[in-house]
Amino acid sequence: MAVTAIGAYEFAPKDSVDKFPAPLLYVCWEDHKMFCSPFAVPFPPTLKFGDMCKGAFPGIFGAHPDFAKVDWDQTQWFKSGRPWRPDMDKTLAENGLGHKDVIRFRTPGLTGLSGSAF
Amino acid sequence: MDIKVNKKLGLKERYNLMTRDLAWTPTYQAFKDVYPYMQYEGIKIHDWDKFEDPFRMTMDAYWKYQAEKERKLYAIIDAFTQNNGHLGVTDARYINTLKLFLTGVSPLEYMAHRGFAHVGRAFPGAGPRVACLMQSLDEIRHAQTQIHSMSNYNKHYNGFQNWRHQHDRVWYLSVPKSFFDDAITAGPFEFMIAIGFAFEYVLTNLLFVPFISGAAYNGDMGAMAFGFSAQSDESRHMTLGLEIIKFILEQDPDNLPIVQHWIDKWFWRGYRVLTLVAMMMDYMLPKRVMSWKEAWEIYAEQNGGALFADLARYGVKAPAGLAQACKDKDHLSHQAWNVFYNYAAAAPFHTWAPSEADMKWLSEKYPDTFDKYYRPLWEHYAKEQKEGRRFYNTTLPMLCQTCQIPMFFTEPDDPTKVAYRESDYKGEKYHFCSDGCKNIFDHEPEKYIQSWLPVHQIYQGNCFCPDVDPSKPDFNPLAEVLRWYKITWGEDNLDYADSPDKKNFEQWRVQATGN
Ligand SMILES: [Fe+2]
Ligand SMILES: [Fe+2]
Repeated sequence: MAVTAIGAYEFAPKDSVDKFPAPLLYVCWEDHKMFCSPFAVPFPPTLKFGDMCKGAFPGIFGAHPDFAKVDWDQTQWFKSGRPWRPDMDKTLAENGLGHKDVIRFRTPGLTGLSGSAF
Repeated sequence: MDIKVNKKLGLKERYNLMTRDLAWTPTYQAFKDVYPYMQYEGIKIHDWDKFEDPFRMTMDAYWKYQAEKERKLYAIIDAFTQNNGHLGVTDARYINTLKLFLTGVSPLEYMAHRGFAHVGRAFPGAGPRVACLMQSLDEIRHAQTQIHSMSNYNKHYNGFQNWRHQHDRVWYLSVPKSFFDDAITAGPFEFMIAIGFAFEYVLTNLLFVPFISGAAYNGDMGAMAFGFSAQSDESRHMTLGLEIIKFILEQDPDNLPIVQHWIDKWFWRGYRVLTLVAMMMDYMLPKRVMSWKEAWEIYAEQNGGALFADLARYGVKAPAGLAQACKDKDHLSHQAWNVFYNYAAAAPFHTWAPSEADMKWLSEKYPDTFDKYYRPLWEHYAKEQKEGRRFYNTTLPMLCQTCQIPMFFTEPDDPTKVAYRESDYKGEKYHFCSDGCKNIFDHEPEKYIQSWLPVHQIYQGNCFCPDVDPSKPDFNPLAEVLRWYKITWGEDNLDYADSPDKKNFEQWRVQATGN
């Protein structure tokens, strides 16, 4: 649909990739809503996927008591809601991740505080 | 000198003389040049004189009436201030609801003032024009009386001092701000459906009644007084909202689909803003009035249901998002308060985990959901806090492109799953919290690709003071954002338990009640 306006109405998108220090990635840990929302983080496209999980995630998700029990080999991944298999040894770009992609991971057996999904 | 005694005029006569008879049809200028915004929204009006204003208030009566109310209001505020009324509130936690109101709602009153002034000018009909003018004056008065009555708290408590500055910057305030900016940048007819009808008629009771009765329940005579003073204007506002939608629908059958889309859109936008009220009612008031769920059942399900049953004769359907909103009522406040608990460092008011007694109340009010889904979270937080590890989230959240709220809302049929919706527009990806927000975007993407999303703006480097030096080794981006927000660390933010507000309040209360 076109916008209802009194004249020509064209503006550049406010959040194109060139405006950020690195492409934005949205990340969520399923069943751990203690972290109230998915996160938005600009990660360098050259970062290895495994390094993101093991290097950056402790600072992001480490406050949850389940985090110490996460086994990255057992983790199930989703991209835009569909099952997806990242390669831990490849970079984010090589894994096909671009600006404003949203990925989620599920950790089987870990379902939050007293199984509450928090 | 002869004194001529005129017969006293009847209300209707008087109204006609002093409003409609003062209007004229332009002849020197083309009608469309004088009223340039009447065509482009697609709404067709054939006869503006068909608009009926049931209040028939004239300007002179308006001034007299409002001046009287003002005198009473300021007498109460003065008495409250002189008697240190702030020490009579239930608990200083309550004062945080006022900070939320002042930063989030009072600036909208001012925007409503501007909006109604603009719309009143845009309408060729004298009836709606005068009604809009009065509402515009009401709204600036609401903003002023709110600021005045809360300024007393600013002398004693933290977090009140930068409300205007913060309204344009702080992450959670982009929610009410973008809501109103969306309305005021729409055409005059959409604005009237958005604010006059959807907000003032359908949702207003869910905003003001909770805050004002919350003030009354918690001993705040000052805030209660401005609430009652504003409340008497509300009946006029609600009538305007309802009369204008009926008028538009009666004027031309082509107006219905346009109006229906606006009802769906503005119900959803308004409902998303009310998220803040839901958590206020259930978590922030030391002494609660009723639960969010109960308020929703009375004001949205019963009253709203009756309203849309009445409007059905015009072909109008209940808002598309109503069914989902009704499902959410068991979850909304709990999930929302967790957001503010997470990001308590970045808001100019305090948050806290509910006490045992609070949780008992929550269990009773939410028997199907609180113990099952939410109690474990609050118990965990309390335990962590006791051990000196109060949880503060320091990574920024993903926001909805439309409502700008962190994406915490869950799927309508599964409260354990965060809801995600996506759209592509001109090669860019956009994310939404709900079908409602996605539909709004998809209808006018050009508008919402410009959203000023606080999280994205922070990452783009637009939320720092001009003197910031990111190359310094001790550069701390989050602390720098707070400096730009004008939030004073350790005073305005963080947990209530550690706040100077709590310490001071307790000390003053002891001094006031003993030696
Ligand atoms: Fe108002
Ligand atoms: Fe949204």
